[in-house]
Amino acid sequence: MAELQLKSHRFRTEREDDWRRLERLLAKAQSAGAAKLSPAELVEMPVLYRQALSSLSTARSISLDQSLILYLESLCARAYFFVYGTRTRPLERLARFFAGEWPAAVRSLWRETLAAAAVGVIAALAAFILVRQDADWFYSFVPAGLASGRDPAASTAFLRDTLYAHPSGAQGLHMLATFLFTNNAQVALFAFALGFALCLPTLALLVLNGAQLGAFLALFGSRGLAMPAAGWLMIHGVTELFAITLAGAAGLSMGWAVTFPGERTRVEAAGHAGRRGAVVMGGVVVMLFAAALLEGFARQLVRVDLARYAIAGLTALLWGGYFYWPRRSAPP
Amino acid sequence: MRRPAFARAAVGRALGFDEARSLVTPEGVDLRLRVASYTERASAFIIDALIIMAMLIGFSLLAGLAAWGFHGSLGGEAASVIWLLGAFLLRNGYFIGFELGPQAATPGKRALGLRVIARDGGRLTADAVFARNAMRELEVFLPASFFFARGAGVDGALIALGAIWSGVFVVFPLFNRDRLRLGDLAAGTMVIKAPKRALRPDLAQEGPTAGGGVSFTEAQVDAYGIKELHVLEGVLRSGDRRTVAEVARRIRSKIAWEGPSDVADRLFLGAYYSALRARLERRALLGHRRRDKFDA
Repeated sequence: MAELQLKSHRFRTEREDDWRRLERLLAKAQSAGAAKLSPAELVEMPVLYRQALSSLSTARSISLDQSLILYLESLCARAYFFVYGTRTRPLERLARFFAGEWPAAVRSLWRETLAAAAVGVIAALAAFILVRQDADWFYSFVPAGLASGRDPAASTAFLRDTLYAHPSGAQGLHMLATFLFTNNAQVALFAFALGFALCLPTLALLVLNGAQLGAFLALFGSRGLAMPAAGWLMIHGVTELFAITLAGAAGLSMGWAVTFPGERTRVEAAGHAGRRGAVVMGGVVVMLFAAALLEGFARQLVRVDLARYAIAGLTALLWGGYFYWPRRSAPP
Repeated sequence: MRRPAFARAAVGRALGFDEARSLVTPEGVDLRLRVASYTERASAFIIDALIIMAMLIGFSLLAGLAAWGFHGSLGGEAASVIWLLGAFLLRNGYFIGFELGPQAATPGKRALGLRVIARDGGRLTADAVFARNAMRELEVFLPASFFFARGAGVDGALIALGAIWSGVFVVFPLFNRDRLRLGDLAAGTMVIKAPKRALRPDLAQEGPTAGGGVSFTEAQVDAYGIKELHVLEGVLRSGDRRTVAEVARRIRSKIAWEGPSDVADRLFLGAYYSALRARLERRALLGHRRRDKFDA
């Protein structure tokens, strides 16, 4: 007596071929990439997707076959993410990033950038004053590993030598530059991520960084080496310190969004700040790469103070102009 | 294009689905996505971490071999430069690279049938993928560094405090409904189950068993509702002999079965499934979805 042909079964047999066709197209797009689909197939995809969606809503109301509904749900979800998913080309994306997105993100963080820079400068000043008053403070700011002999106990001649050390050929510089880059980039990413914990750890990192800088300058300053030391630092420091400040600013903006979300919900605010911060951080990695090249090569090969200052000034102009030069805002 | 709107829905309770998060497409159909569980995400991460480690070890061996092969210090330096850059790229680029791909999932996630989506249902942007993976520093490397740090006295206490503090980030996904980790929060993303499912044969039409000479009275088919139908479907599809026998015995006694007693359990259940589904679907078409056996 049971009907041999359920309505839900007839519904299924009539549409099954289309679903399978969509499944095949999705599999093809996923394994070979969307570019491998023929124009006809690309046109067919959204049509099949809409058919599958309408099948799903019909099946939900007329069919009690659970596995059929689960199948259609997974098929529709996969098709949805294909049809509405992103398919930008990487090169195009990179071009957009450098042409507008990155500077715009940096500009929109100007308040946080100023705050991060202020924190760093204040920490550097405090450390500078403390070390000038009592050289023993140096040891509490700079760990022995980082100082590598450049501490108040060292002779002036030794300190001067470290500034103009003759590189032993070009060897070792590639290695040094690479190490500096990977290490600094990792620390910068870390400073950004730490911003999520209500800004405080990021601030601590900025203070630490600034204090070390101040302590070094104070040490060299006490031996009358302030100008050469500043040149030695600034040739790459302009780029590197700027990048670290931006990383700190991105972290601060995220921590701020979590703490004081304003009109948005906390989750929305965090997401917005996080994505903007990510754009800045992508650029920070690029800047640190440039800084590492300057530190690893230029500083070792250029040993004239004036030339070092010239390079430092040039990088400052380049970055400043690139980020803050007024321009027409890109269409959203 | 209208933005697909997310709304929570306690859907499919009657269908026995786990809790779904609804994603309404611009066409107006709810996709009822399912959020990936904490254990699934942790397993996916462990798989990925193992892959990264294996790649790193293989890569180091290659770099070592290259350095050894070149003998000269220049070869050694080139090898270490490549090693440093490669390790950096692997650590930061592995997750980003794979999640930017068309499947929006790392091999570990793929193995567990997961994928990353933007929480508003829109496009998953490169910024979001970068942001969610930059946060890994906080969720993986920070706790790990505390975990491996050793210290005595005040240092030890500080390390313990740090471990507790950073441990909060690790278990964070357990404390919200969408199982968001910090990275998801910072990027506006979430991870869902997106398994590939095969279209399985319709049980009601399977072979000659449909009807198959076994027939039921109206009262007998009215014994159960949709919930029981789905349980029965699960039993039939699993095909476990002992469960099939037990369920068949219970149904026979519940509906006071008086037909031929030599019908095989599997055959009997198949026939009953077809009859029950036909009855329930017909009632549903007339506007009454009978949720379970207690529903009138």
